[in-house]
Amino acid sequence: MWGFYFNELMRSLPFFLKGLWMTVAVSSLSLILGTIIGFFGGILRAGRNKPARMIVGAWVDLIRGTPFLVQIFVIFFILPGIGIELEAFSAAVIALTNLTASFITEIVASGILAVPKGQREAATASGLSHYQQLRFIVLPQAIRSILPPLVGQYVLLVKDSSVVSAIGVVDITRVGWLTVQRIPEGLMVFGLVGLLYFAICYPLINLSGFLERRMTVVSTKL
Amino acid sequence: MLEGFNFRIILEYMPLYMQCFAATLWLSGVSLLGAVLVGIIACAMRLSQSRLMRSIAGVYIETIRSTPLLAQLYFFYFGLPSMGIMLPEWVTGVIALVLNSGAYYAEIIRAGIQAIAFGQIEAGIASGLSYFQRMRHIILPQALGNTIRPMLGQAIILVKDSSLLSLISIMELTRAGQVLTSERFTPAEGFLTTAAFYLIIYYLLKAFSGWSEKRLIFREAH
Repeated sequence: MWGFYFNELMRSLPFFLKGLWMTVAVSSLSLILGTIIGFFGGILRAGRNKPARMIVGAWVDLIRGTPFLVQIFVIFFILPGIGIELEAFSAAVIALTNLTASFITEIVASGILAVPKGQREAATASGLSHYQQLRFIVLPQAIRSILPPLVGQYVLLVKDSSVVSAIGVVDITRVGWLTVQRIPEGLMVFGLVGLLYFAICYPLINLSGFLERRMTVVSTKL
Repeated sequence: MLEGFNFRIILEYMPLYMQCFAATLWLSGVSLLGAVLVGIIACAMRLSQSRLMRSIAGVYIETIRSTPLLAQLYFFYFGLPSMGIMLPEWVTGVIALVLNSGAYYAEIIRAGIQAIAFGQIEAGIASGLSYFQRMRHIILPQALGNTIRPMLGQAIILVKDSSLLSLISIMELTRAGQVLTSERFTPAEGFLTTAAFYLIIYYLLKAFSGWSEKRLIFREAH
């Protein structure tokens, strides 16, 4: 029986690859958008404008304090009620972008705040404008402490993207869920699902660890 | 925006919410205890002399960290019955949560222990302290000081992750929102109330995390 199911599973491999493609598409779209928004959020959060700091902080708490599954339900079921019609795919990208942006905001803000204060003072004394300080002095140094957790956040993003299967986006997890109704070998089906995620996440985790070691070496040399 | 927001329905469903709030609390509480226990064991294995132990723990931790919780949950939910093991849904859910968070706790505890300077342990040996005295008076107090914050952070993640149990039809906070939505077609009332309950837990744990940093017992190390 096991062999029969195994052959069946192999025959539905193209379906799994479609799911893999969907996971990659949803994740990479959210990755790009989330990183851009997160950097702006982080600059505001570490900036001098107090109301902006507080609003960004409240938003981050709101996103951090609620489960992603609830957030995606809110976006998918409530936004249509106030006149914004969304299909599952766009709802998934919006929810994941929002989630990733809030975490990257915290990463970027703490990276900026970790740059020694003297650097900014020296820049001010050299007559650099606020934008120039950020662009030439603070961000290039902050990026060293931002990069490793940023890649770590991308791993979380790929893993969190599995939750969008709950609103019917046909990603790897959803494909597994659909397949297991037909091939009742849960260990085998979700073993394959896990393997596909592993293929994406494991290299990213190692990249994050590598960056961490490398960045620390560089900063102690300076 | 939400002028039709109906507080009466929320009040009507309050008993259900309280019941589900309690369910989320004890499901996460039990999983938290189990996860810390699994984390301590996995960490001890990872730091042990035996190469076999080290690689078993390594494979466990890497596998868990590279795959999404939802895939792990479905793996047990669909996989255990296909092996002939029939368990109530909530047991399956707790197993998945424990094994998932356990891997992260193993890494947190390991980082905490390895952050202790080796000279501390040598000084303990030189002072004639036994292994358990060293553990009790030197290593653990410092490791606790190092790890209390990330441990509480993981506890917050665990509470949020427990929302995924709603997808295998366990009654907890997120499920309560789904019930209200499907019975009364009021997703806004349903899921925003759910979110509010999660925020209560989040702010409590966050406040505790900030408070513990100020407490002497956790600061002995610093």
